[in-house]
Amino acid sequence: MTFNGWVQILVFFAVIVAIAKPAGVYMFRVFEGERQPLPRTLGAAERGLLRLCGLRTPKEQTWVEYTVAMLLFSALGLVVTYLIQRGQGTLPFNPQHFPGVPGPLAFNTAASFTTNTNWQAYVPETTMSYFTQMAGLAWHNFTSAAVGIGVALVIARGVTRRPGPDGSKGVGNFYVDLIRGLVYVLLPICIVVAFVLISQGVIQNLSGYHQLTTLEGGKQVLAMGPVASQEAIKELGTNGGGFFNANSSHPFENPSAVTNFLEMILIFAIPAGLTYMYGRMARDQRQGWVLFGAMSVLFFAGVATTYWAESHANPVTDGLGVAIAQGNMEGKEIRFGIANSALFATVTTDASCGAVNSWHDSFTPLGGMVPLVNIQLGEIVFGGVGAGLYGILIYAVLTVFIAGLMVGRTPEYLGKKIEGREMKYAMFYILVFPLLILGFTGWAAVSSYGTSSLNNAGPHGLTEMLYAFTSGAGNNGSAFAGINANTDWWNVCLGITMLAGRFFMIIPVMALAGAMLNKKTVVPGLGTFPTNGWLFTALLVAVIVIVGALTFFPALSLGPIVEHFQTLHHEVL
Amino acid sequence: MARHPQPKVSTFDPAILRAAIRDSFTKLDPRVLYKNPVMFVVAIGAVLTTGFVIRDLVAAPANATPLWFSIAITLWLWFTVIFANFAEAVAEGRGKAQADTLRKMRQETVARRVVPGKDLPEVIPASELRKGDLVVIEANQLIPGDGEIVEGIASVDESAITGESAPVIRESGGDRSSVTGGTKVLSDRIVVKIGADPGESFLDKMIALVEGAARQKTPNEIALHILLVGLTIVFLIATVTLVPLGIYSGVHLTTSMIVALLVCLIPTTIGGLLSAIGIAGMDRLMRKNVIAMSGRAVEAAGDVDVLLLDKTGTITHGNRMASELIPAAGVRIEDLAEAAMLSSLADETPEGRSIVTLVKDKYGIPPREVAGATFEKFTAQTRMSGVDLGDRKIRKGAVDAVRGFVTSLGGTPPADVDAAANKIGDTGGTPLAVSDGNRVLGVIHLKDIVKQGIAERFARFRAMGIRTVMITGDNPRTAKAIAGEAGVDDFLAEATPEAKMNLIKAEQQKGKLVAMTGDGTNDAPALAQADVGVAMNTGTQAAKEAGNMVDLDSDPTKLLEVVEVGKQLLMTRGSLTTFSIANDVAKYFAILPAMFMGVFPQIAPLNIMNLTSSLSAILAAVIFNAIIIIILIPLALRGVKYRPLGAAAILRRSLLIYGAGGLVAPFVGIKLIDMALTAIGAT
Repeated sequence: MTFNGWVQILVFFAVIVAIAKPAGVYMFRVFEGERQPLPRTLGAAERGLLRLCGLRTPKEQTWVEYTVAMLLFSALGLVVTYLIQRGQGTLPFNPQHFPGVPGPLAFNTAASFTTNTNWQAYVPETTMSYFTQMAGLAWHNFTSAAVGIGVALVIARGVTRRPGPDGSKGVGNFYVDLIRGLVYVLLPICIVVAFVLISQGVIQNLSGYHQLTTLEGGKQVLAMGPVASQEAIKELGTNGGGFFNANSSHPFENPSAVTNFLEMILIFAIPAGLTYMYGRMARDQRQGWVLFGAMSVLFFAGVATTYWAESHANPVTDGLGVAIAQGNMEGKEIRFGIANSALFATVTTDASCGAVNSWHDSFTPLGGMVPLVNIQLGEIVFGGVGAGLYGILIYAVLTVFIAGLMVGRTPEYLGKKIEGREMKYAMFYILVFPLLILGFTGWAAVSSYGTSSLNNAGPHGLTEMLYAFTSGAGNNGSAFAGINANTDWWNVCLGITMLAGRFFMIIPVMALAGAMLNKKTVVPGLGTFPTNGWLFTALLVAVIVIVGALTFFPALSLGPIVEHFQTLHHEVL
Repeated sequence: MARHPQPKVSTFDPAILRAAIRDSFTKLDPRVLYKNPVMFVVAIGAVLTTGFVIRDLVAAPANATPLWFSIAITLWLWFTVIFANFAEAVAEGRGKAQADTLRKMRQETVARRVVPGKDLPEVIPASELRKGDLVVIEANQLIPGDGEIVEGIASVDESAITGESAPVIRESGGDRSSVTGGTKVLSDRIVVKIGADPGESFLDKMIALVEGAARQKTPNEIALHILLVGLTIVFLIATVTLVPLGIYSGVHLTTSMIVALLVCLIPTTIGGLLSAIGIAGMDRLMRKNVIAMSGRAVEAAGDVDVLLLDKTGTITHGNRMASELIPAAGVRIEDLAEAAMLSSLADETPEGRSIVTLVKDKYGIPPREVAGATFEKFTAQTRMSGVDLGDRKIRKGAVDAVRGFVTSLGGTPPADVDAAANKIGDTGGTPLAVSDGNRVLGVIHLKDIVKQGIAERFARFRAMGIRTVMITGDNPRTAKAIAGEAGVDDFLAEATPEAKMNLIKAEQQKGKLVAMTGDGTNDAPALAQADVGVAMNTGTQAAKEAGNMVDLDSDPTKLLEVVEVGKQLLMTRGSLTTFSIANDVAKYFAILPAMFMGVFPQIAPLNIMNLTSSLSAILAAVIFNAIIIIILIPLALRGVKYRPLGAAAILRRSLLIYGAGGLVAPFVGIKLIDMALTAIGAT
């Protein structure tokens, strides 16, 4: 670890702290304010789109109506994306004349992009036409992020809204939240960022691939495409699906240290802002900072571990004269180095982004375990756009319940009682992860169609399978690599994992919001369990670690942990 | 009043323990056990390992764990279930011991039912009485059932229920008309209208509740159960999927190891103690002579935000005492003192006696007998009492009454008396004017004496965030003065039942939980509306049915203790849940390295407790997991120590003890057990 490396990490975090408030204030105004910003330009676009949907005077929906609308919208997008891929051979913007994508892969990809996962079982530059990338995949990059913000808004409204004298109030309107998220937040930022990226050397064209002759005289195909416009939303919407197979390590996606820094900032920008927006909604800014604080603790724990682990060369290479002084450079880009690769790996898995600028498969066992654990915690360290906030709110409810009793009152969060119904939904949410990740990994581990895709045997192979299903269930989409996931079994199982990991977790969140919405609110007093101090932050971190990570500790012990001790004994590379 | 608490049942009374040990085994019945899902899972695990032990006895496969190990694990798994059953059985046993005493007195009771048209009542067993029957009870007979006196007055010995040996007066009409089955009439004859069918009487309900038969899970218990079941499923997934992951890694995991890991990870500690904590909470209230009609009420008591307290009896002693004499202009204080004393000689009320005492102590005039005196009793019409010594009429009473009396005799009341009276009223006192003939001599300052220590008690509640509101029929000025002295947060003056009801509703509208006490029939609606309504046992049947708790001592101050018991119950639950979950960290470090070290000896550094062998490590964790239940039974029954602090301070304390303690304790415990196992060679 170097001083310079730490300075870069701290500068990155300082920018996130600085962004949280303006981003939060802006989003509060967009989603909860009486008047939205820029009524003439963005407001006109919002009204136009709403009118197009036949919604002149949108009404507040109940949680069930909101959920049904959201599910139908996502299902429709899933089907359309599947069809676009199958028929891309006959569709325009296909200079390389790629044929239709095979069924299982098209299903996997449609599920992947609908769920904000962006798991890529294919090689984009040899599989997907420009039309598929733009109309099919980029569409989801925007809408799945907006849907995530919508779900986060619903749970935040459920927890913070006080029932009026006439009883029930809705949880918001899905179409309004979706369109506002797109029009006011995602699109304007992406347009600006795309131009900045172009200025830094990211390409943006629709031309065919170039055939080049290298200096050595060899032949090379240089893939082209509309990259910059997709790169921006890839990070901002915590999608992570690369335009190229090499993702953010590709020089046309992420040419320099500057774009690298910008891309990492984009990943955390909205999730960090949402915590501030939540504080506004709770009418107590500290409620938002408490969540931000817990996220920060886990962020630093992750980045410090990865950076430390990667700063040491693989012990197996000791004495062979091949070790690099800075540490483990295998699978990393020289222009990013160890600090920025470790930081990127942490950031992309803290959030449910999944873009990568280095290969997690080539990290040291402990360095590679951090991204894995980050996802297994539920991606609540800032987290996916929206998903981070609703995930950590579930943990907040659990924390209040477990520890709140200790003050001698039945537990309440923001003045609302946590009772049997709320616990039921919270536990449903918690159950989805272990069921999907451990269930499918267990199946893969003892079946030929699971293990035949592995490039590595032993603990590292187990980690690869565990990582794949973790990434799918967590809707992260980053690949540990080292595994050939483009088989029918992997495509279908991961597709199911991604869909279940998204919607089976969203539904209990929505139900919880509905249950909390009309609860009487008690004004907090001296006897109330305080949820706006450092003690709650510490408790929240403890519950996230114990409930979230300990579940996977047995599986991790057989994967990266065993491998770590094996490398110490010089037994594996 | 001397209170005689019920004989205390010791936690580890040998008789209770014997019964509890027996019950620990009968509770293994799956139909009983399934109600506790966590323990049910442990029992299924125990059945599984028992099966494999039998298989190993018949024909052990080559890769089976040593037989002694499988047997030891199996036994300790069964112990885990039995220990949890034992905890519940001990808690129930204590309740049963109290119920048995109650039940004894219900037996052999006969009733004399009034038969319309006949002179003599018929004698029938009490169990045949129906609601609405009229029964006659005479001196030295047991009252056959709950009901209301419709005729007569009697002194009743209620010690069987309240532990209070002094007899109480019960009479028809008014707020003291209710009688309880099983109590004894000491004098006179009453006719009682039976208020409950057999099996539904107060006594029956009490027995059912303390025995645990009528116990239903409270809302918070249900929510906690959902958490525990959820965690159990999570760990079930984590351990069962370890089998295929183990197969991939070449690690053979036997059923006993998987079950051991599962049982150690699921929250058995809180799962085993949860119902014991609930029963013990009811029991603690019972020891304070308060009967809760449901566990829900006890839980609500912990959540209470606002306490409505009747001034009389709770905050003040209830009788006013003379504290000062204020003479009118031109009147010697000795003259006023003597007149006040003479007027009060025959006054047997506490106020009257306090005047005589004040005159003797402060002005040195002893009470003396006066020949030829005619005493005038206090009536609601005259609102005065006094004495006639021949023509000399000495009176004391309400200021306006005395003023009217003096005016009627041709006198002119001096203005400064009114001023003095108003001043007394301002400070919360009651002025009594004293007159001799047509002259007003002055006023007596009667003061409501606030109970000692009550202000400190309210301060404790304030620290916990509970607001106290004093309810009084006094005028606002008086109420304000007493409220200030007692240290309550707010008061409701000139309270009518409607005003009280409105106050409760207003607080509940704000999302507050309200607790109150009451005894009269006109309190019943408010008692029913309040979240916690404690009815006085001396109160009417209507009040008792409306409330969700009955205080057998009829002591309104008890409300404060009820709240403390409720809070203690919730704190115990939370503390043990936190402890239970925090325990998992250490258990992982004991069991996981032990499971994998055979195939991956490199992970030895994870065995941070340096446990002797894989087998001793797993066995030690299972043993710790079982005996921690036994160790924590006293805490579950007694409840965690309660301190009147703000929530943040309580939380810091509890986290240190049960959170940090829960992390550290199993490291120490498992290491010690492992050392013991090593010493006896079980490795």
